[in-house]
Amino acid sequence: MIDVLYFAWVRERIGLPRESIETEAATVADLVEELRKREPRYEAAFADLRALRVAVDQDLCDFSASLKGAREVAFFPPMTGG
Amino acid sequence: MDIRVQDAPFDAGAELNAFTARIEGAGAVVSFSGVVRDVDGRLTRMEIEHYPGMTEAAITKIAAEATARWELADCLVIHRFGGLVAGDIIMMVATASRHRVAAFEAAEFLMDYLKSRAPFWKKETTDGGATWVAARDEDEDALSRW
Repeated sequence: MIDVLYFAWVRERIGLPRESIETEAATVADLVEELRKREPRYEAAFADLRALRVAVDQDLCDFSASLKGAREVAFFPPMTGG
Repeated sequence: MDIRVQDAPFDAGAELNAFTARIEGAGAVVSFSGVVRDVDGRLTRMEIEHYPGMTEAAITKIAAEATARWELADCLVIHRFGGLVAGDIIMMVATASRHRVAAFEAAEFLMDYLKSRAPFWKKETTDGGATWVAARDEDEDALSRW
């Protein structure tokens, strides 16, 4: 089981802030492919990966990052702090 | 290092005075405050979302890097989340160092990294609806100078 978190418009498109997912995905990109196949709202949220950022266990990383041992994956748009 | 992520408002002047009073051996203090802007007078609310846990960790990492690189005597970062209105202070940074160049540079570095590496997202509501503020390419490009 892995906790998947969504923030900002990604959260709004998918319709929930977090969920636990049973997955065998080896990488973030594999997980994204699994999610996309679920329902149109996931396809809509993940339509353009260039518009998204990802963090594994609260560390920013690439979509090629491994999910081995990961507890938490978060998807969100580019950050706008400050 | 003093890092705070909070929904409550804060008094930037009082924070700056308290920061200045507690540093030792520094001859320069620089501070920056970010204020909610209302460009065309239509903003009714700004909502700031963040990623609890990662936010504090990311800011701590950025602040530790600044402290080491510019040999800061101390630094302060306060960033709000939740609902704000035009004129509210969103965040502040303060840096203290022996001489002013280091304090100015470290404050700019902190701001550049907070903008695009700390997990905050802004949503603006006007009478026309609500929109997520898009990240600007310039903000990402600003990191390359460091």
